[in-house]
Amino acid sequence: MGNDFSSRAHDALNNPQLRRNFRRAMDGLMSKRAVQFADRDDWAALRARGAAIKARALARLPDLLEEFEQKARANGIIVHWAETTADANSIVLGILTDHGAKRVIKGKSMVSEEMHLNAHLEAHGITAVESDLGEYIIQLAGEAPSHIVMPCIHKNKGEIARLFTDNIAGQPYTEDVDALTAAARKVLRREFAQADAGLSGVNFLVAETGSLVLIENEGNGRLSTTLPPLHIAVTGIEKLVEKLDDVAPLLALLPRSATGQPITTYVNMITSPRKAGEKDGPRQVHLVLLDNGRSRVYADLQLRDTLRCIRCGACMNHCPVYARVGGHTYGSVYPGPIGKILTPQLAGLDCAGDLPHASTLCNACVEVCPVQIPIADILVRLRTEAAQPSQAPGVKGAGSNASMVENAVWKGWQAMNASPAVYAAATRSLAVIGNLIPAAAPLLRQWTSVRSKPKFAGKTLHQLARDKGYDNE
Amino acid sequence: MSDARTAILARLRAAPKATVPDLPEWTGPVFADRLERFRIMLEAVHGEVHVIAADQWRPHLRLILSSKDVGRVMAPPELAVDWPDVVAYDRPAEALKDQLVDGIDAAITTACGAIAETGTVVLRPDADQPRLMSLLPPIHVVLLKLSDMADNMAGLMAAQDWAGTMPTNLLLISGPSKTADIEQTLAYGVHGPKELIVLVLS
Ligand code: SF4
Repeated sequence: MGNDFSSRAHDALNNPQLRRNFRRAMDGLMSKRAVQFADRDDWAALRARGAAIKARALARLPDLLEEFEQKARANGIIVHWAETTADANSIVLGILTDHGAKRVIKGKSMVSEEMHLNAHLEAHGITAVESDLGEYIIQLAGEAPSHIVMPCIHKNKGEIARLFTDNIAGQPYTEDVDALTAAARKVLRREFAQADAGLSGVNFLVAETGSLVLIENEGNGRLSTTLPPLHIAVTGIEKLVEKLDDVAPLLALLPRSATGQPITTYVNMITSPRKAGEKDGPRQVHLVLLDNGRSRVYADLQLRDTLRCIRCGACMNHCPVYARVGGHTYGSVYPGPIGKILTPQLAGLDCAGDLPHASTLCNACVEVCPVQIPIADILVRLRTEAAQPSQAPGVKGAGSNASMVENAVWKGWQAMNASPAVYAAATRSLAVIGNLIPAAAPLLRQWTSVRSKPKFAGKTLHQLARDKGYDNE
Repeated sequence: MSDARTAILARLRAAPKATVPDLPEWTGPVFADRLERFRIMLEAVHGEVHVIAADQWRPHLRLILSSKDVGRVMAPPELAVDWPDVVAYDRPAEALKDQLVDGIDAAITTACGAIAETGTVVLRPDADQPRLMSLLPPIHVVLLKLSDMADNMAGLMAAQDWAGTMPTNLLLISGPSKTADIEQTLAYGVHGPKELIVLVLS
């Protein structure tokens, strides 16, 4: 695979199996979601509420973080703050080491992917086993998730059957989904029973009550947060909501947008570790709040909207680019439209500056986003920031795509259009020599590599108008 | 890491202030026949719903358990479940782990509420009915009073003052454990119960 978006996209587009897997999955997800939001008025009212809840929470974010921390502490949850993923990794490692933990069972967590936590733990002699079926499958395959909700969506059952036969002792080759699921259940039950700690993400943090809200279908998230003696949750600082009441409309949006389910099988609200007299649940609950660039995104009022995201994945399910190239092509933890705006802001435009260009600006993502993130506007803003940085402090790596030649061309274009005499001279000479310039000329080469060079008319529009008898005015 | 805390909060406070928007009006749906909606939604995700007169649930439960080839049942003693082999969750999980992971065929718990809109039962696990009961055994039977059913989540939250009374763990359960991670094909019982049976006591 190449190491930029376009060469990886090229590889993906030439992989018919991958394209079939994604096309099928995306078509299914889009039609399931459409059924859930068939009533346009309900949808409009609900998403306006969802967007406002997240916008309110962001407007009050520092206050809510403090309120949450105070409540959570009072309930017995230990709260940690991490500036970077490296800090978050060492906090998690420190907690595990303090407890002598050697085996960690993980519920699904995109923030732990962002931290590359498994590799960090592995390097320090701690085994982390993914327990979400999709995550378990890609961990066996040694791959990264290709979708934020359905991590192994790029694999078909034949590929999964082979993985299981190769990796699970005594597992015969079968493509029967129930049998594959039962095999994973058996292996992972043992892991759950032996784990020294459970690790999870969080969907919402409720400031009012200091609660962690986690949603899932499998029960592995509940197991990870209930069975082992220690629970560590990792999440971004943007997951706050003000009130428990806010959770109801957000839950009416998230699973329906994600998978077309009215609700997930489990909504798990955790407010404290095991209390005296209770018979199960972890004895300690830790929460790591990760910044990793989010506070920088927050500093720009337009870009701040990125932080409303509730990670439903609807934008990728509806993205014509994502459906064709798949999640790995983005080369980042968060693929699809949300990844195109989030990754360059977290990692920097100098590292991921090609991502905002991986879009046709068709607006499909904006139409389905349950919290109304203006993804297309943010894409355009990021493209601009890469070429012509604004004064705003928000964008890391701004100006990394600035080109002296491009700037000179635009300056020339500006000067030409500002002066009638220069404009007339320039267009007249292009009418004469335009067709003589080869398509592969230095400044044109890249543009014409995927487009035909237009033919110049022999006469300019002004000349044609004058021939017809129009005056200058 | 309190340095990180101070630095992160300082950056957030230094950022430009946005106006705090008002929340636009939104209310959850209501249903002429709550029970019917509840049944439709829960059955659609493979849950079983039985509506029984409040004083008849014990014999009915016995019939259900017999039909499912259940051996050992876990239930809180105060429910007085009528079954030959009933054990209680009477010790901390550590002392019961093996049995919980692999030795119980069905667990019986009560629900404190239900949501018709989504076919959801709400549990507040406590010392008598701990969290793992609704998670580890392959069959989970829930006793629910019809009068505890609300139209929607927002309504139930308000009626029961969840915000003022959050327990260690509050659970919303809508069907048996499931996954669609392999080619979007639904499979049940991936980690939690394969069957969720709700006895609605009218
Ligand atoms: S950007 Fe919107 S549609 Fe995309 S994952 Fe986030 S909330 Fe969902």
